[in-house]
Amino acid sequence: MATLTINGQVHEVNAPDQMPLLWAIRDVVQLTGTKFGCGMAQCGACTVHMDGEAVRSCVTPISAAQGREVTTIEAIGEDAVGRRVQQAWLDLGVAQCGYCQGGQIMSATALLKREAHPSDEQIVDAMNGHLCRCGTYTRIQQAIHHAADTEGEDA
Amino acid sequence: MSTLRDTLLLANVSRRHFLKGLAAGGALVVAARWSPLLADEPLYGAEAMPNGWVDDPNVFIRIDEDGIVTVVNHRAEMGQGIRTSLAMVAADELGAEWEHVRVEQAPGEEETYGNQNTDGSRSMRHWFAPMRRAAAAARTMLEQAAAQQWEVPVEECQVGVHVVMHTPSGRELGFGELAAVASQLPVPERDTLRLKPREEWRYIGQDESSRKRPFAVDGEDIVSGQAVYGADIHLDDMVYAVIARPPIYGAQLRSVNDEAARALPGVIRIIEIPTVGQPAGFEPLGGVAVIAENTWAAIQGRNALEIEWDVEAAGDNARYDSTQYREQLEEAASSPGQLVREHGDVAAAFNEADSLIEATYYMPHMAQAPIEPPVALARLVDGRAEIWAPIQHPQAAREGVAGQLGLAVEDVTVHATLLGGGFGRKSKPDYILEATYLSQALEGRPVRVQWTREDDLHHAYFHAVSVDHLEAGLDSDGKALGWLHRTLSPSIASLFAPDPMHKQDFELGMGFNTMPFNIEAIRLENPEASAHVRIGWFRAVYNLPHAFAIQSFAAELAAAAGRDHRDYLLELLGPERQIDPRNINESWNYGEDPEQYQVDIGRMRAVIETATEAAGWGRELAEGRGLGLAVHHSFVAYAAVVFDVEINSDGELTIHSADIAFDCGLQVNPERIRSQMEGSIIMGIGIALQSEITAHEGQIEQDNFHQFLLPRMGIAPDVIRVHLVNSSEDVPMGGVGEPGLPPVAPALCNAIYAATGKRIRRLPVGNQLTS
Ligand code: FES
Ligand code: FES
Repeated sequence: MATLTINGQVHEVNAPDQMPLLWAIRDVVQLTGTKFGCGMAQCGACTVHMDGEAVRSCVTPISAAQGREVTTIEAIGEDAVGRRVQQAWLDLGVAQCGYCQGGQIMSATALLKREAHPSDEQIVDAMNGHLCRCGTYTRIQQAIHHAADTEGEDA
Repeated sequence: MSTLRDTLLLANVSRRHFLKGLAAGGALVVAARWSPLLADEPLYGAEAMPNGWVDDPNVFIRIDEDGIVTVVNHRAEMGQGIRTSLAMVAADELGAEWEHVRVEQAPGEEETYGNQNTDGSRSMRHWFAPMRRAAAAARTMLEQAAAQQWEVPVEECQVGVHVVMHTPSGRELGFGELAAVASQLPVPERDTLRLKPREEWRYIGQDESSRKRPFAVDGEDIVSGQAVYGADIHLDDMVYAVIARPPIYGAQLRSVNDEAARALPGVIRIIEIPTVGQPAGFEPLGGVAVIAENTWAAIQGRNALEIEWDVEAAGDNARYDSTQYREQLEEAASSPGQLVREHGDVAAAFNEADSLIEATYYMPHMAQAPIEPPVALARLVDGRAEIWAPIQHPQAAREGVAGQLGLAVEDVTVHATLLGGGFGRKSKPDYILEATYLSQALEGRPVRVQWTREDDLHHAYFHAVSVDHLEAGLDSDGKALGWLHRTLSPSIASLFAPDPMHKQDFELGMGFNTMPFNIEAIRLENPEASAHVRIGWFRAVYNLPHAFAIQSFAAELAAAAGRDHRDYLLELLGPERQIDPRNINESWNYGEDPEQYQVDIGRMRAVIETATEAAGWGRELAEGRGLGLAVHHSFVAYAAVVFDVEINSDGELTIHSADIAFDCGLQVNPERIRSQMEGSIIMGIGIALQSEITAHEGQIEQDNFHQFLLPRMGIAPDVIRVHLVNSSEDVPMGGVGEPGLPPVAPALCNAIYAATGKRIRRLPVGNQLTS
């Protein structure tokens, strides 16, 4: 049994301690924006924020998420930076199939929160753990710069 | 589905009308003619597809009284943007304002929608015309409705933007106001329809800069985590399944000890699924399923199973070793094989030649590996099966399930979710048949079968491994006098029938016998090769090895001749001309009419010229830097790629830029075409540098993405420039999703050669640059 705070809501999750946060979010809490792609921290599709930091929920046991604020893609638009990143993704038409993009947006948002104007190198560092089989990397990179440039234009 | 049809506001037509409309030349007629026994003339394009095409507005377009136009999309959306692009076509022809257009996804139901098999890069080329006709018919009905309402001649009524105008008086009625009346009118005859000329298009062909954003219909849902993929449907009482499948193609279950698995919290039941023999087709592989309360418990349960497999049941497959197999094919490539195409006398040309060049190329197995692994949810209710799944070919799923459960195809409903990538993997519904099997075993209870990444890599329908051997004879000026090409790969046909040991027409037609060079003596052969894993479509399919070999070899000949690669390639192609597929023993031609669809050397030359010019071909480059070029015709479209790469003294590769010039004829949605080209560049880089599936003792050696490597942002080019050329209605429409991919790997390897002098003949490059 774990008490999880996800997108500001408290959930009592009746599951073994070692259950990865990914499956608690998807199967128990039934928030499906967080995706399964590999289960071993190779693809980034499952990325969520824990206290603002991007983590791979597929290798984070729910015991490690107790007492932390978990944010998923469903709620990232409530954050000004997150909303800007989403808008940049739309402006540049980043997504193809879209399956990886929730995770990409979570990492991009975490990056922009600690580094308002990241260099190309910093972007690659932050994003290289994500796989996109559709091959949207160049647009992701541009969209992160675009989101950084639109700082202060928040609605 | 009937529920969808029942809600059609525009649905004036009685069932009788509806069928009559179809019989005028649509699906029913086509379906009847499609049978090879009945066909008295060959069918091409959409006509030749099972269940053909439909252009009835009542099937595809609905207008509600509030003016919202709903376009029904019946093709699978996997990132190519078809939900947006087909709706653009309908909106334009109808005269709808994009803001008031919605897209609804059709279930799998070919008897209503026509063919839904979304592969072969043919959604737009087969559906542009029917979708335009459906929308033009609806537009005409709106004009007629307005004329009735105003009691004026219909000639005085014209659709503007989301309204019908009475031209003499300037009166207007909105689409919503006319919907009810329009829905009572008969559908106009096909041959009376007026299609808008190009000047009147507002959406078709418009590039991103000229559009309001957000444009893509699923964009908002995707960035906010609301988009629904295969694993995102929850049903009450649903259970979760993970399956242990035979580790070798053809192995059978001998025994299972499930005691430990059953003891785990959350595990509900263990169910055996019968293993299939070979060929497996689209059947589930079988094995042992763990049914649990959530995915994690099911995975844990599977880990706890103790299974013994009867490996010998797999026969030769149990000894399949991909390294040995490569050596075996390379060896076989030195002897002649089945003749596929011949012009002139290659032996005589080689005798006469001043120099002989030869090379053998290798491309390994690969897995499609969409980031969304296969997944399906199924339940059985009242003798009907209901399925939610990401599937490229819903009709194959319906037919498979109907056969499996003894149901009529009409009693199998497939709700198509978004696909988290397809690339050919999701053309095969084996994972859906697993879910229906398990639901049946659980008295119809909803079951979601989730594949893990390990499952996806171990049990893909693999891209065929290929060996291509080429020989050429050059005269003293370096001109090619003779060309010999032997291609060896297992055939996809081995999936459905006893292994034919040779590539089939549709496989040879992918860039092998369509080899476009203007050489006097040509001999193309196909020696035997056997299949030992499930072989299946992978984006662009056999075009990948054929393009890699032919375009690498062309560069090798240029180097041997001491010539500039671009100039030499243009000379090999020869003058602008059309090559009739029938003259090069090419009977498949992507299913298209050989009268219309020929190999156009002028268009091939043009994409080479565009890409090389944009990349600054011929400019001075620093030591360790090089430009590489390749061109390829596939899926009735033309693509040329130039890479600019740099390799440092440690063998580390940097990709500075990629230029891709692309000609698919008329471009409906240039922005999504660009994104497909960008994606092709990235995927092709992975094919060239990293991605390989290997087998040892019949088992796949790669478990997850730490072993099956895909490109990441760090290896992506600093810039990808896409040059779309020739958006013309004068040439027949081409494909988009696949044809960008084949030239990418050879262009990159040619660039590596230009930078280092190192010739890559065996993919992936891996550590060949450092060793
Ligand atoms: S699913 Fe967590 S990183 Fe891939
Ligand atoms: S958009 Fe398809 S995997 Fe990234």
